[in-house]
Amino acid sequence: MAKTRDALIDPLFNNNPIALQVLGICSALAVTTRMDTALVMSAAVVVVTMSSNFFVSALRNQIPTSIRIIVQLTIIASLVIVVDQVLKAYLFELSKQLTVFVGLIITNCIIMGRAEAYAMQNPPGMSLIDGLGNGLGYGAILMITAFVRELLGSGTVFGTTVLPLASEAGWYAPNGLMVLSPAAFFIIGFLIWALRSWKTDQVEAD
Amino acid sequence: MQGSVLYNLGFAAVVCVACAIVVSSSAVALRERQVINQTLDMQRNVLVAAGLAAPDESLEPDEIEARFAPIRQVVIDRETGAATEVDPAGFDPRAAAADPDRSEAAPPNNAGLQRVADQALVYELRDDGGELDLVVLPVHGLGLWGILYGFVALDADLDTIRGLTYYEHKETPGLGGEVDNPRWKSLWDGRKAFGPDGAPAIEVIKGLAGPPADDPYRVDGLAGATMTSRGVTNMLRFWLDEQGFGPYLEALRTRRDG
Repeated sequence: MAKTRDALIDPLFNNNPIALQVLGICSALAVTTRMDTALVMSAAVVVVTMSSNFFVSALRNQIPTSIRIIVQLTIIASLVIVVDQVLKAYLFELSKQLTVFVGLIITNCIIMGRAEAYAMQNPPGMSLIDGLGNGLGYGAILMITAFVRELLGSGTVFGTTVLPLASEAGWYAPNGLMVLSPAAFFIIGFLIWALRSWKTDQVEAD
Repeated sequence: MQGSVLYNLGFAAVVCVACAIVVSSSAVALRERQVINQTLDMQRNVLVAAGLAAPDESLEPDEIEARFAPIRQVVIDRETGAATEVDPAGFDPRAAAADPDRSEAAPPNNAGLQRVADQALVYELRDDGGELDLVVLPVHGLGLWGILYGFVALDADLDTIRGLTYYEHKETPGLGGEVDNPRWKSLWDGRKAFGPDGAPAIEVIKGLAGPPADDPYRVDGLAGATMTSRGVTNMLRFWLDEQGFGPYLEALRTRRDG
């Protein structure tokens, strides 16, 4: 049980894919200007990491070592296309805003990294949990980043006005940097700093 | 057995076939819903350009269909401006622009267009007597990062702009992306598209323009988005002029004036 819990909880703080492994940064910059897109993206990544870990793990004893990477990629790519199709059918507006970034989940290092590092060595059940944990760890960072960017950049949270904008008869002058990609770098940088000040064992040796 | 070339090939083939089946069945199963979504999205954007729906209004599919019902879709010939027999339901403007048989190299332009389709899908709203109420024209052209796709609506006088909206673009959020801002869009209502000489005169300027009555040909620029603003001007100039919808608008004028 403890092992299951570790597989789920570890990626959230102790071994966060973005904060410690520093994977999946590209999409974290792109989809975090608003919380609703970040949420859909997180959900999509959770589904893909879970199922790709599961299928890769189920096939781990059959996959020939020499072609394992391309087999993993084929499975991941198929899953991503299915997720993309589902989003286009049921969440059309948001999928329009996410544009290419759903498709680019294929190249998100987190998913391939977990398939190669965990699912190839562990049974399907545990791999599923590991995928869930890593997906949630990615999603957690995404949601925090999106919260800060949307609040300070547009004065809203999930599209609801919290800080009325000066241009719309309120008082808040939005921070233009927050809607641009570099803001996500700063926020993720601060998050890594905070996390490593709290869990000092994550600090890399000089 | 495992590790042999034959095994690897066989395994790869099985994985590929299995994945192909999953991908294609999901695409086929969801196709219908996706097409409905795209159609609704297009109709919604036509309604927004025409001022029949607010940009941020959330509309149920039935409501969109009901409001869209009186609007007539016509596929026109771009060069003559005459209506064609082509079925609007099956007409895909982007496919037409990419098809060498149904498009031509664009005349020199600064809207960033390489090819233009021979035909175009326009939307006419007529009153009960058949008199034109307004017409919605598709426009597209290069902004800063990519092509912006949108609609411009002209009043029955075929001169006054009723609205401009973009449904697809890649401009920077917060800067060029402000083409989506409802407040900026509302600035277009009441401006004049054509100058006294009949040529397109509407432009997005740097800084602030006056109210439509005093400053009919100019619209406020988007702060920090000179290229996007210029792109909007260029595409409107292109599509409202002779090489764009000029002949069609002329045909409408002739028909109106008898």
